[in-house]
Amino acid sequence: MYVIDRRLNPSGKSLPNRQRFLRRAGHVLREAVRNVSVERPIRDVNEGGVVIIPAHGIGEPSFHVGQDGTHSRVLPGNQEFLEGDRLARPPMGGGRGRGAGKGSYKGGGEDEFRVALSAEEFLTLFLEDLELPDLERRKLSQTEAVGLRRAGFQKTGSPANLAISRTMRNALSRRMALHRPRPDDLERLIEALAEAEREGKYKDIRLLRGLIATHSARTRAIPYIDPIDIRYRRYEPTPRPIAQAVMFCIMDVSGSMTEHMKDMAKRFFMLLYVFLQKRYKQVEVVFIRHTDHAKEVDEDNFFQSRETGGTRVSSALEEALRIIGERYPVSEWNIYIAQASDGDNETGDHERAMKLMRDGLMPISQYVAYLEVDEPHSDMPLSSLWKTYQNLDPAPSMRRVTMRQEIYPVFRDLFRRRDGLNVE
Amino acid sequence: MSARLFEGADWSFETIQRIYERVEDIALRDLKLDVYPNQIEVITAEQMLDAYAASGMPIYYGHWSFGKHFVQHEGQYRKGHSDLAYELVINSSPCISYIMEGNSALMQTLVIAHAAFGHNHFFKNNRLFRDGTDAAGILDYLQFARSYITQCEETYGEREVERLLDAAHALMSHGVHRSPRRRRIDFKQEQTRAQERRAHDELMYNELWQTLPGGNPRAPQSSAQERLAQMLELPQENLLYFLEKTAPRLAPWQRELLRIVRLLAQYFYPQRQTKVMNEGTATFVHYKIMSELHRSGDIGDGAFLEFLTSHTNVTFQPAFDDRRYSSINPYALGFAMMQDLERICIAPTQEDRDWFPQLAGCLDPMEALKDIWAHYRDESFISQFLSPRVIRDWRMFHLIDDPSDAHLRVESIHDERGYRRIRRALTREYDLSYVDPQIEVIAVDLEGDRHLILQHAVREGRLLASREASEVLGLLADLWGYPVVLREVDEHGNGLREHICEPRHAQGFQSGLP
Repeated sequence: MYVIDRRLNPSGKSLPNRQRFLRRAGHVLREAVRNVSVERPIRDVNEGGVVIIPAHGIGEPSFHVGQDGTHSRVLPGNQEFLEGDRLARPPMGGGRGRGAGKGSYKGGGEDEFRVALSAEEFLTLFLEDLELPDLERRKLSQTEAVGLRRAGFQKTGSPANLAISRTMRNALSRRMALHRPRPDDLERLIEALAEAEREGKYKDIRLLRGLIATHSARTRAIPYIDPIDIRYRRYEPTPRPIAQAVMFCIMDVSGSMTEHMKDMAKRFFMLLYVFLQKRYKQVEVVFIRHTDHAKEVDEDNFFQSRETGGTRVSSALEEALRIIGERYPVSEWNIYIAQASDGDNETGDHERAMKLMRDGLMPISQYVAYLEVDEPHSDMPLSSLWKTYQNLDPAPSMRRVTMRQEIYPVFRDLFRRRDGLNVE
Repeated sequence: MSARLFEGADWSFETIQRIYERVEDIALRDLKLDVYPNQIEVITAEQMLDAYAASGMPIYYGHWSFGKHFVQHEGQYRKGHSDLAYELVINSSPCISYIMEGNSALMQTLVIAHAAFGHNHFFKNNRLFRDGTDAAGILDYLQFARSYITQCEETYGEREVERLLDAAHALMSHGVHRSPRRRRIDFKQEQTRAQERRAHDELMYNELWQTLPGGNPRAPQSSAQERLAQMLELPQENLLYFLEKTAPRLAPWQRELLRIVRLLAQYFYPQRQTKVMNEGTATFVHYKIMSELHRSGDIGDGAFLEFLTSHTNVTFQPAFDDRRYSSINPYALGFAMMQDLERICIAPTQEDRDWFPQLAGCLDPMEALKDIWAHYRDESFISQFLSPRVIRDWRMFHLIDDPSDAHLRVESIHDERGYRRIRRALTREYDLSYVDPQIEVIAVDLEGDRHLILQHAVREGRLLASREASEVLGLLADLWGYPVVLREVDEHGNGLREHICEPRHAQGFQSGLP
């Protein structure tokens, strides 16, 4: 008999097969990941996690008998039955009779199972077929703050920027070049002189005194550090990308917005968030919902509550401008604005909304996207708000979607369009 | 009283050695078991998960479905939904038992008794395993299979190999010879045979598939059909075997892959046939050994209680109306039957004498059981040895669900009239040739579009699960390269349903051909 300790053998033998499985289950997983992500708060969208996928999507089929025909089972635990008893058939999937019979044919419990994904796998699946890397290569225009960058040395500057090691290096080479006597040379001469004086070697004394005098004179004439040695660190002003962005989610929550429309809006906001997160160190999200008046709210209220009232888009734009003015100075923040609406707006409000967009938001924002959401198969003509925005120059990126599946292509599309229009 | 084998839950390799020697002593001297040499491997929980995913084998070829099982088990395990098995044992020589590092010393003792002696004895002695599997060669063969498949992946692409394996796995349940083979599979020779076969195929010219006109068109059709059936060994229930030998459009490497899957299916087949017996034997053996260890003072009362807890968990059988009930627990049934046989040998009642005249009062239960372990499988074991006592203890009843009846019918219960009927009914549930749908290749249409004709002999109206059957049939058509027809036919020969599938890829699997 042998006892073998295998604990130190590399584990993770199943990882290659796990990868194969993830690849194989790609489409089911992608669907699951996107469904899960809709239920998450926007900021958590790119954390890993457990998704549940239906087993039949990635089944291993085999020939086996189905539910037709006569099935018979021997079961344990009879309490009251006698031969010939007739029992009501339990509802399908019940714990006895047919349900139990099925269980053992198929092993049971195979309807769905959980896959734990790492953050990276999750995000990859989420973004797959979005061609995000492509998007990344496209350069979005971005506001830049001026920063300072080290750029060599200079001869003038403030004492705080004194480059000591460079200065000392210059001094040393100058002293060597000009043969400035070294302090210990002078000391040796002085010692020799003292000895000569003690021994009364007058000839030497004279010679040494001469040497000491010239050395001292030289030392005095050639300074240890000369102003020409001195160097200061030089800084150059350089434009530096702002590493933070704020994303405004603006949504119409008036009665005409259905859950379906909100769901599409959420997916869109989510994508934008993920996208921004890949680019910026810090991304903040501001949620503004509006009816005929606008309010900044937290995410839960944003998606869940519904209000009644008219629709005035300008109120939300004003609110966004107010918040930017208060909290997000343009010089420090990249501003992204994503607006979702069903396109309703009070007739008298168009002029004002257009003005706010054109003079207020568009000039200070990196990117303004307007998403018009509608019920599937709706053949409503383009809304009045759409027409209003369309007249702007430059116009915001605009798209109209009616189905969930359209969100991803639209997102990609919006960025492409933006890229085409704004060559800055 | 001798010193205890161990104190507390901790163990070291010396402890394992000491435990093993003592358990071996009881197993070989008292119980007179006959086992393959043992190899015990200590592994971590992670490694146990890995082993699960590969059908318990230390080496296996790569396929996404194993990754799927891994993810499934891992998810359940991490969520705390299921425990890992305490042990895993491989039917090989030497017999490899895995024990987990997290087990207590008592659990390791139990695992050694259960796996390294219980299962091991069964593997070595049961006729199905002895004749049907080659324990000494399996690990080498798996090594060969893996490197062969990896090589195919490099040559023909991972996708091609995956498609073929998908199809082969779908047919795995119908890729075994159910009746015992004359010749044992010798895995050692398989590798050389693989090469020889390829060389032979290259030399051979298969007249069967020639498309040129000729021959004798006026030959009576029946005799041509008969000749064909003879050549193709029809009817054939081993679908993988049939495809490997006769599918017209497969490349040699694809046939070899089918063969690998088929031989592994055959290797695992005895395990499916002997779940109750195999687990029953191991449980019976560990119960004997642990009791003896306790009696002799090798383990203390506390440890013995710990053992009894695990033992009762393993042999727990919830009643049919219990929420935990899913099916009959093979550990519980096997153990109950074997314990009852032991009782019958030692202290029979009049009933036992009537039912088991040859066993009752024979006074040597171990000999009787060892004979049973060697020669029976679940089906025959239950049909011969399910005693009225066990039926009564379990309060078994037989329920029939006939769709033409608005109610379920209790056919029989645990009474004089019912014993034999229940025994017969339960036997059928363990008869794989009855449980698995009986599907055979019955003909090939060589006159027309070469479609393959399969027949499912439907019993009592139990048609195939239709959606999955079509999926499998699609994969089968891909392998065959031409359309496939599956007819479901009842006992009187009336057609009930017909599935037809075209190969999904125009060239079938031909892309692998040179």
